[in-house]
Amino acid sequence: MATIYIDNEPYTVEPNGRNLLEVCLSLGLDLPYFCWHPALKSVGACRQCAVILFRDENDTRGRLTMACMTAARDGMRLSLTDPRAVAFRASIIEWLMVNHPHDCPVCDEGGECHLQDMTVMTGHVRRDYRFDKRTHRNQNLGPLVNHEMNRCIACYRCVRYYRDYAGGRDLQALGWHDHVYFGRMEDGTLESPFSGNLVEVCPTGVFTDKTLGRHYTRKWDLQTAPSLCVHCGVGCNTMPGERYGLLRRVQNRFHHEINGYFLCDRGRYGYEFVNDAARPRVAADPDTVRGWLSEGRVAGAGSPRASLEANAALRALVGAENFYAGVAPAEHALVALMRALLEVHPTPPPSLREVEEADAVLLLGEDPTHTTPRLALALRQAALRPPMAAAGATLKIPPFDDAALREAVQDATAPFFIATPQATALDGVAMQALRLAPDDVARLGYAIAAGEGEIAAALRNAQRPLVVAGFGSGSPAVAQAAAAAARALGARLCFTLPACNSLGLALFDAPGVADMPRDVKTLILLETDLFRLLPDAEARLRKVKHVVVLDCLATPTVAAAHAVLPTATFAEADGTLVNYEGRAQRHFRVFPATGDVREAWQWLDALRGVTRTFDEVTAALAALPAFAGVEGAAPRAEFRLLGQPVPRQPHRTSGRTAVTANVDVHEPTTPPDPDSPLAFSMEGYQGHPPAPLTPRFWAPGWNSQQALNKFQQEVGGPLVGRPTGVHLLPVNTGAVPAGTPPPPFQPRADAVLFLPAHHIFGSEPLSARAPGIAALTPAPALAVGAALYARLGGGPVEVRVGDAVLTLPLREDPALPVGTAVLPVGLCAEALPAWGTLTGGPRDA
Amino acid sequence: MLTEHEQHEIRAQMALYEQPAAVVPEALKLVQARRGWVADEDVRDVAAFLGVSTAEVESIATFYSLIYRRPVGRHVILLCDSVSCWIMGFRDLRAHLTARLGIGMGETTPDGRYTLFPAVCLGACELAPAMLVDGILHGNLTPERIDEILAGYE
Repeated sequence: MATIYIDNEPYTVEPNGRNLLEVCLSLGLDLPYFCWHPALKSVGACRQCAVILFRDENDTRGRLTMACMTAARDGMRLSLTDPRAVAFRASIIEWLMVNHPHDCPVCDEGGECHLQDMTVMTGHVRRDYRFDKRTHRNQNLGPLVNHEMNRCIACYRCVRYYRDYAGGRDLQALGWHDHVYFGRMEDGTLESPFSGNLVEVCPTGVFTDKTLGRHYTRKWDLQTAPSLCVHCGVGCNTMPGERYGLLRRVQNRFHHEINGYFLCDRGRYGYEFVNDAARPRVAADPDTVRGWLSEGRVAGAGSPRASLEANAALRALVGAENFYAGVAPAEHALVALMRALLEVHPTPPPSLREVEEADAVLLLGEDPTHTTPRLALALRQAALRPPMAAAGATLKIPPFDDAALREAVQDATAPFFIATPQATALDGVAMQALRLAPDDVARLGYAIAAGEGEIAAALRNAQRPLVVAGFGSGSPAVAQAAAAAARALGARLCFTLPACNSLGLALFDAPGVADMPRDVKTLILLETDLFRLLPDAEARLRKVKHVVVLDCLATPTVAAAHAVLPTATFAEADGTLVNYEGRAQRHFRVFPATGDVREAWQWLDALRGVTRTFDEVTAALAALPAFAGVEGAAPRAEFRLLGQPVPRQPHRTSGRTAVTANVDVHEPTTPPDPDSPLAFSMEGYQGHPPAPLTPRFWAPGWNSQQALNKFQQEVGGPLVGRPTGVHLLPVNTGAVPAGTPPPPFQPRADAVLFLPAHHIFGSEPLSARAPGIAALTPAPALAVGAALYARLGGGPVEVRVGDAVLTLPLREDPALPVGTAVLPVGLCAEALPAWGTLTGGPRDA
Repeated sequence: MLTEHEQHEIRAQMALYEQPAAVVPEALKLVQARRGWVADEDVRDVAAFLGVSTAEVESIATFYSLIYRRPVGRHVILLCDSVSCWIMGFRDLRAHLTARLGIGMGETTPDGRYTLFPAVCLGACELAPAMLVDGILHGNLTPERIDEILAGYE
């Protein structure tokens, strides 16, 4: 503990290698800044956080210094309010404003702009600059991010995030002097799958959300609620915003343990499936469906993209013995295996923060950039941080001095080893990236477990080693090898999972949908597209007398249903989801569903003839041993602060509107919400609610997303109040499942081993329906090695795997192991990896 | 396409630096020495040759004012506008040069003979005002002296 005097007031702080700006902001003091960012640290570029620092209590003059570049020390004396510091900060803003256009009214950032906030904070309210402003030509950066360079204040945050933090190589600072330009060499889609974070990293309106721009609403008119990303198994916290029944955007909701400050582009831009005009919206008669339930045997399939509550309601309706997991057989077995391996592992699965803190990584069979993208961004930090920490200790560079640390380490990385069939986006930070077939990846894992080879030696020296594998390889052998390696090394074990509630559904211990009996009279499919899961889906459905489908997507299964009950998406539903760590988290309705659309658990309760509140559904779920404690994920619906609910709308909402006047001239009534402590209203508790209920980050004077500073225990630290989520997965239990190394991979003359390829854009069914994501989804192609590519003459080729026959163009991936080819997932329901044949090209050449 | 000779010269530079990105300024100078300026295609070729991204090369190419990303004339005139030269009559020389050549700063004469740039200090204050024509320093300039010098290029 140290005492620091700020404007002669003593404050007790924990310096912990932090700088004065972090200390001041953590104390709740307002000090303006631009180039510093809690995740990107300091470079001292913008000069906005100037303070006067005094040598000791006798020093009356002091000197001007940059708070973000000065380490906090015991006994320091500084002044934020000294007139010289105040005048200096105002002059910095004045200079930044010289070229900044006065276009706030037409700027998408307006009303949540850090530059606006800081300008007001410094008191620069009059512009004296009379001359021409420099202007730039903007670039088309693709369907996700809009570019408006005239607004740039050259803080360099964008390239520091994009290049240094996220590893993107196509966005750079170009030019010099008064013409610095942040952009690409030429127009084109930003290559990084984390480009959307530029929208939040940029302190003004240079990079804005292009999808929001198409249905624009100011921050103060957005109705928001704490929510979760539903596009992979990581469980990032999000803050979707709605107005007039349209979901307008998704923003990051800081979670110290998981997503921190950043989302991936699938998570940020996948939301538009909610607005899809093709969504099922007309309901069958529930009384008719209820009649079908008594006609004979009923079975139900739950879904890894539906909440625990929806799955539990289905299980209650059909009975535990008739409840099946709506997951493809191979994936079902693999997820069950990974769950079992996690439960016997001595340590719990690491949070993303713990992933970032790992000092040695072994990545087996998985390309997380395309399966669980946010994990890949965390793994990148694990590769870069240990050399920076070492350089900081040797050269006595403070941990916040980002530019100096990166200069010192150049391209050095931590021990980071990758073994996958295909090249991954993380190869660039790996010490070694091996291209192996899945069985050989598993053999490598077992060899490392046995302590053989230099990789094992490097991992053994680490303090916080980590082993990552997952569903992406489709290989149970790789998962078992990863667990064996992690156990032998004393490492943390992380498995990627495909859907937002894959682990939650696995905790029900239901058999897979392939095991469903074929003599079922009525089949209830909850958010399950049978055609994606089973090759014989059509034959199976034809045998069933009544197919009832509850879904929010227009799938082939919906088209084949006898009755459709349209369900709410994550944005229109409350629910609990279990992420890859086994952490159960709650998402809340952002806006009420309209028309026939109802939350899935409500439809299922209605079919069962019961009426329950959401908390009653959760309580019934918590009675199952696997879900004990799940109701602790968020406060109950009766929770009130000073007797008031938490408003979903900010107090500045424009309120009255004529938008529904064609229907009724009266103000629409506020829809009640019996299921959560939140209200569809601007009225309610105006202070800071507990973290799981925080619908937005705003504080007086802080209209931008960076108001987050005011919601954290300390800058960059956890949110104030109780942590969000509860852990459901037991740890260190039972016997280790036996696993032995598979035999070495042998290429076959008569067949090719087809491996699954996932893509961040397109492989996940919900986000694939968002126009921005669809535009970036690559056209399906089969990747083959150099020899096969030469023999097949560039394709197209006919792929036969199981019962499926596909005609695909060819793509060359020279590093692919001989005897394998890579097939995009989702084109057929066959489980991959699988042997098959490949014909085409100049056959007899 | 980089010529064999350019590739050879760039490879020789690569031996001197740990990071391929550090070779970019030298590589661009080598390319420009042969071609007079650096075209988009050259940026891509240098990037591919060094294994760095085109944006990285472009950020360096656009940072240095003496790397020309647009075609220049056969002769490049750098007129010093730094403090000493400013005091010793830079403005008169600028007026004379722009009038004589019929172009502004940063422009090329229609016949492609000259490109005129300002330069921030040529390190020749003792000869102020000064200019550089194709790398040759000329000091103690007057409008008449400029006419004499340029006559040698026509």
